[in-house]
Amino acid sequence: MMDRYTKLQLVGIYAAVAVFLIFMLLPFFEMFMASLRPLEHLFRSPYQFWSDDFSFQAYKDMWVTVPLLGRYIFNSIFIACSVTGITMIFVVPAAYAYARLEFPFKNMSLAIFLGVNMFTGAVLLIPLYRVLRTMGLLNTYWAMIVPGVAFLIPTGIWLLRSYLEKIPRELEEAAFVDGASRMYTLRRVVLPLAVPGLIVVSVAVFIGAYAQQFLFAITFNQTRELQPLPAGLYEFIGYQSVTWNEMMAAALIGVLPVMVIFLFLQKYLVAGLTAGAVKE
Amino acid sequence: MAELSAQASHAAANSRTRTMSEGLFGWLLVGPAMLFIAVIVAWPLAETIRLSFMDAGLGGEKFVGLENYQDLADSRRFHQTIVRTFYWMFLSVALKLVLGLIGATLLNAAVPGRALFRVLVMPPWVIPIAIGCIGWLWLYNGYFGVLSGVLMKLGITDGPFEFLAYKTSAFYSAIVTDVWVGTPMVTLFFLAAMQGVSRDLYEAAWVDGAGRWYRFRRITIPQIMPVIVSMALLSAIFTFNSFEIIWILTEGGPRGATTTMIIDTYKVAIGNYKFGEGAARAVIIVILLALFSLVYLFFLNKVNKRYGAK
Repeated sequence: MMDRYTKLQLVGIYAAVAVFLIFMLLPFFEMFMASLRPLEHLFRSPYQFWSDDFSFQAYKDMWVTVPLLGRYIFNSIFIACSVTGITMIFVVPAAYAYARLEFPFKNMSLAIFLGVNMFTGAVLLIPLYRVLRTMGLLNTYWAMIVPGVAFLIPTGIWLLRSYLEKIPRELEEAAFVDGASRMYTLRRVVLPLAVPGLIVVSVAVFIGAYAQQFLFAITFNQTRELQPLPAGLYEFIGYQSVTWNEMMAAALIGVLPVMVIFLFLQKYLVAGLTAGAVKE
Repeated sequence: MAELSAQASHAAANSRTRTMSEGLFGWLLVGPAMLFIAVIVAWPLAETIRLSFMDAGLGGEKFVGLENYQDLADSRRFHQTIVRTFYWMFLSVALKLVLGLIGATLLNAAVPGRALFRVLVMPPWVIPIAIGCIGWLWLYNGYFGVLSGVLMKLGITDGPFEFLAYKTSAFYSAIVTDVWVGTPMVTLFFLAAMQGVSRDLYEAAWVDGAGRWYRFRRITIPQIMPVIVSMALLSAIFTFNSFEIIWILTEGGPRGATTTMIIDTYKVAIGNYKFGEGAARAVIIVILLALFSLVYLFFLNKVNKRYGAK
């Protein structure tokens, strides 16, 4: 049939996939190899691909060298989860309004939200620092959560709105005719139907919040106990003698929990993107 | 019966909210998000604009009018930074789109193992950018990185090659890392779009004897064009604003070779405490990005009309 490939084509496809995946996974592989080498071996020149003294010692020692490693991992996930939760609280009603209701300045306000997408925290750091200082949020979790939420709200609205638009209006109208209030309809009719979309948008927001904690953390937070993983580890890389093998081990272990979660979620993610992004 | 009356009383209790006008309800839902953005983004933006007319630092503020802008207009180095930033953006986005398209096509091919391949593409996207950069930092190292090691083994370079030590190689190394970070998301969105293309189209073309390349060019590309153009804009904005990658790899060096406008702004404002001069740079970034987006959206409109998207 149409999808059948010749042997030669199959070989070509697999070869191309292999090259593509090697590019995607090379840094992880390199980090893993580095984590296995004893420190004195790491700096041996000329370069050796294989060595006989590979060991997992770094995975033990890193907990001593980076005493707060567990805390960093927790902070990263905690901050990303908080950002996701709070963002969704703002996003869900707003996205519903843009998908369903007519109200004054609708298009203009939507344009403003989308315009925020063009900014990054990096251009607003000084005034943002002052705002957070005025609110007394510096050096707290909030210093990293609040800006994260602000820059992810627009993306969330944009993604969820296109999702909600695909839910048939008739169901809501039926509920409305039966005497349900607008809020009741939103909570009991629309949200349950939107669950797959809510999952996809939450996951997308989580990725954004998890991947981009570094800048806000190094700028707005000096409290070591509150640092997320990337900022916590980056601090060690500035030192004179970096125990690189342990840093690599810590980085890999640090991202492991979220990676495992994604292994389970990826099915929903691709399926959800299909439903949400295609018609956009 | 009891259930019915409960429902009725519920409806009655809600009759007040029911009469609320749609306009008011709409703003009630949008308002909180808008307020949040106003405090955390709009107000700092207004402050940035104000600061850009000031000579501001740790010591205080003094109004200097357009002086900060005048300095930038006269600075050859700043002009180079603008050109470098756009070159950085165009090159990186082009590579992300091409790789994303190739990657999505491969992952969409009906071959055994593709479910696994899809999972393996994701890691660069779902880890903190800064962590991935630590891996690249190691890869680019001349003495213990595998890249330099392979180059030496192959006899291409005599000794260790430090990728981040020379102006040209540092710039392109940073591009490669940026492409690495951005490609998975582009790939997955393209893949999702490709799966939304109706099979009937392909089958009709196949019956008519159209080859794979022809089907790709004449069906896949036009069908997913709306997603391609919106991903292009999205990743252009991301790439323009990319901070962590360059900062961790090179901090904008060597000798400014990887200094994009974002890095420049950060260095001036945070590194040297020149808040006014930094703010002027930030304002120029915002203006340039807004102009770029408007021009782009203008063309997007044309593309959408041509390909019949809504």
